[in-house]
Amino acid sequence: MGALMVIFSLQKDQRRKRTDSVEDELELSAVRHRPEGLEQLEALTRFNRKELQILYRGFKNECPSGMVNEDTFKVIYSQFFPQGDASMYAHFLFNAFDTDKDGSVSFEDFVMGLSILLRGSVQEKLNWAFNLYDINKDGYITKEEMLDIMKAIYDMMGKCTYPLLKDDTPRQHVEIFFQKMDKNKDGVVTIDEFIDCCQNDENIMRSMQLFENVI
Amino acid sequence: MAAGVATWMPFARAAAVGWLPLAQKTMPKPPVDKKSRSDEILFVNVSGLRFQTWKNTLDRYPDTLLGSSEKEFFYNEETQEYFFDRDPEMFRHILNFFRTGKLHYPRHECIQAFEEELAFYGIIPEIIGDCCMEEYRDRKKENQERLAEDTEAENAGDAPLPPDATLRERLWRAFENPHTSTMALVFYYVTGFFIAVSVIANVVETVPCRPIKGSIKDLPCGEKFSVAFSCLDTACVLIFSFEYLMRLYAAPSRCDFARSVMSVIDVVAILPFYIGLVMPENEEVSGAFVTLRVFRVFRIFKFSRHSQGLRILGCTLQACASELGFLLFSLTMAVIIFATVMFYAEKGTKGTTFSSIPASFWYTIVTMTTLGYGDMVPDSIAGKIFGSICSLSGVLVIALPVPVIVSNFARIYHQNQRADKMRAQQKVRQARIRMAKKGATNAFLQHKEDGGLQDGDSDSTPLCVKNRSAFEHQHHHLLHCLEKTTNHEFTDEVTYSEVCVTDSVGFRTSRSTSLSSQQGATTTCCSRRAKRRAFRLANSTVSVSRGSVQELDTLHITKTPAGTQYPQSRSSLNARTEDLKLNCADYTAAIISIPTPPANTPDESLPNSPAIPGILRNSRSSTYNTQETVKISSL
Repeated sequence: MGALMVIFSLQKDQRRKRTDSVEDELELSAVRHRPEGLEQLEALTRFNRKELQILYRGFKNECPSGMVNEDTFKVIYSQFFPQGDASMYAHFLFNAFDTDKDGSVSFEDFVMGLSILLRGSVQEKLNWAFNLYDINKDGYITKEEMLDIMKAIYDMMGKCTYPLLKDDTPRQHVEIFFQKMDKNKDGVVTIDEFIDCCQNDENIMRSMQLFENVI
Repeated sequence: MAAGVATWMPFARAAAVGWLPLAQKTMPKPPVDKKSRSDEILFVNVSGLRFQTWKNTLDRYPDTLLGSSEKEFFYNEETQEYFFDRDPEMFRHILNFFRTGKLHYPRHECIQAFEEELAFYGIIPEIIGDCCMEEYRDRKKENQERLAEDTEAENAGDAPLPPDATLRERLWRAFENPHTSTMALVFYYVTGFFIAVSVIANVVETVPCRPIKGSIKDLPCGEKFSVAFSCLDTACVLIFSFEYLMRLYAAPSRCDFARSVMSVIDVVAILPFYIGLVMPENEEVSGAFVTLRVFRVFRIFKFSRHSQGLRILGCTLQACASELGFLLFSLTMAVIIFATVMFYAEKGTKGTTFSSIPASFWYTIVTMTTLGYGDMVPDSIAGKIFGSICSLSGVLVIALPVPVIVSNFARIYHQNQRADKMRAQQKVRQARIRMAKKGATNAFLQHKEDGGLQDGDSDSTPLCVKNRSAFEHQHHHLLHCLEKTTNHEFTDEVTYSEVCVTDSVGFRTSRSTSLSSQQGATTTCCSRRAKRRAFRLANSTVSVSRGSVQELDTLHITKTPAGTQYPQSRSSLNARTEDLKLNCADYTAAIISIPTPPANTPDESLPNSPAIPGILRNSRSSTYNTQETVKISSL
C-alpha cells in the first residue's frame, strides 16, 4: 500500500515536471518587434533622420522588446505626475496612440502619433484630440465620454490643490465645454463642430504653437 | 530561420542548377541585389570600447538588432560607427554569438542584467548553448522565485484595509495577521493558552493520583476529578468551536477554507467531543468512543498557527513528499525481503520467535533502524549472517534520502527568513519613494515661487531658475500646463490641510474678497496664517542667501483687473517678485524611476520646514525686508 502511494506520487512529480517545462518555454520567448527601416519612417513621418534616431534610442532603452504594453505605459506616464493618479488618463492616451488596436504601442505608432502632434497641421492636431476624447471611436463625443476624460485629467492633479477640488468640478467643466462646442445642442459634439469651434477660439489656436520644438 | 543559414544561401542557390534540366516551366528572374557585394568592416563602439567585425558576421542573424536595419538608428555619422550606450563587457558575449553561433552565459554576471542585454539586442535566450543552459535555467528559476516572493510579500495583508471594509474582511484580517490590532492579538494569545491547557489536561488526566479513601488501587486523576476535567474539556471545546465558526464565517472563500489543512485539524480536534455527546452510553460502542478520545491529542497541531517553525516543518515534509515516498518504498521492499529470508532461515530452530513472515517484519524493522530491542534474536548461523546483512543495509537505505530532506528544509527556512526581511525593508523603501515623490512636487512648487513660470524675457529670470536643467524646465512647464487646463494649482500638504480647515470653518468669503483687492489687505485669514508662519520663520536662523544678492528694487504692487481668476493673479504676483532671489534653494527634482535618496536638502538659508508654498512667499519677504517696509499683498 505504501509502495503504491509512493509510485503514484512519483508519477505525479514527473507529469508536473513535463508540463512545467512546456510552459517555461512559452514564457521564455518574449514578444519582439522590429521597427520599419529609417527610410520608411522618414517618409511616413515629418521627422528627419537625426530626430528619429534620438527618438528610437530613447524608446529602445525603455522598452527593449520594441513594444510598450498598457501597464508599462501607465508606469512611465505616472512618473511625470507624482502628486496625482495618472493611470486613467494614461489609459485613454494609450488607446489614442495604439492606432491598430493590438494592445501595444510599437515604435511606428509612437513616432506617427508624435509626428501628428508636433509637426502636423492644426487640423490634424485637432483631429487627434477629437480622437482622444472620443473613447468608443464612433465619431461623437458624448457627455459621459467627456466626463470620463475630465475626471481622468483632474485625477492627475491629486488632492493637494488650490482651490480645493470639489466632486462636481469635472462635471462643471464638461458643461462649460459642451456649451462652447455643441452648436446645435444635440448633446453630442461631432468632429466638424469641434474643429470649427476650436479654430474660432484664439486661446486654443495660440497654444497649438506651444509644443512645436519639443524634440 | 535557423542560425547561420544566410551564409549557406549562395550554396543552396548554386545547387539549384541541378533542377534546370528537369524543370517543366522557365525559371523566374533572380532578385536584383542593390547592395554592393564586397564585404566591409563595421565599427561598433559600445560605451567607448571599439569593436570591429565584418558586416557579413552581423548579417548572419537578420532578426536581431545588429543584423537588421535597426542598427541604423544607432549610426553616428560623424564618427562613422555604430554607437551603443550599453555594457561593453556583456557586448563581448553578444558579439561572440554572432561570430561562433553559440551563446554562452557568463557565470559571474547577474542573470537579469544578462537578460536585459539580450532583450536589447533582440536575441532570444533559448539560443544559449547546452554548456551554459543548465546554469542559466537554474539561476533564472531562482530569480523568478525570489521575485514571486517579493510580490507576495508586497501584497501580503500588511497594507491597511480600505476604510469601508466589511466586518467579514476585518475579521479575516484579524485572524490571519494577529499583529494588526490589539483585539486580534488578545484572541491569538487566548486561543494559544487554551490549546496548551487542553493538551496538558489530556496528559495529566492519565497520571495516577492517590486513591480515594477505602480503595487500594491507584486511580488516574481523570477518574478522580472527573467533573473538573470534563468541565475543562467542555470549556476548551466550546472555545475551539467558537473560533472555528468565526473563521468559517470570515473566510473569503468558505470551500477553500474548509479544505485547508488547518481547518481539518480544527475539526478533528473538536469532533470527538460532539460525537461523544451524541453517542449513547452503550458498552459496545464505548470502545470506539475511547479510540476517538485519542484524536484529542491532535489539538496540539493547532499550535502551528502560532509557530512559524512548525509551519516550515510541514512545508518541508510536503516539499519532500517524493523523497519520503522513496524512503518508504525502499524500506518496505527491504523489510519484506529480509523478513522472508529470516523466516526461512530460522524455520528449523526449535522454539523460535520467528513464527511467521509478518512476525519477522518486526525483527527486520528493529534491526534496520539499528534499534535492536533484542526481543527477537536469530539462533541459527544462517539467520545470524542474514541478520547482520540486514542491519548493514538498513543504515544505508535510511541515510540516502535524509540529506535531500535536510537541504529542502534549509531552503524553505531561508526563504522564510528572506520574506521576513523583505517585509521589513519594504516599509523603508516605500518611505523613500514617498520622499522622492514629495521632492519632485516640492521642486515644482519652489520653481513657481522663484518666478520660473513667468512669460517674461530671459533677462529677468533669476539665476537659480536659469541654472536648472532643461529637463526640469520642461517638466515644470508640463505641470504648469496641467494647472492651466484644470484651473487649479498644485500646493503641498501643509497648505492643503490648512485650506481644508479654513474651508470647513467657512472663511471662504473673506478670502475671496481679499483676493480681489490687491493693496496689501492684511486682515485676511491668509495673512493671519502667513503672519503665524512668518513668526515661526523669524525664530529659526535666517540669513540672506549666499552668492550674489541682487538689489531689492522697489517692488511693484500689481493691480490685476477685477474678475480674473485667482491663479492668474497669484502667479503674476509671484512673477513680480523676481528681485527676491533669496532662498533659491536647489531642490533637485527626482523623477521616481531611480531609487535615489530624496531630493537634496536646501541650503542653510532656508529653515528646516517643508517647502513653503506660494502663499507665504510674500510674508517671508516682508520678514526679511522689514527695513524696506514695502509690503506686498499677502496673497
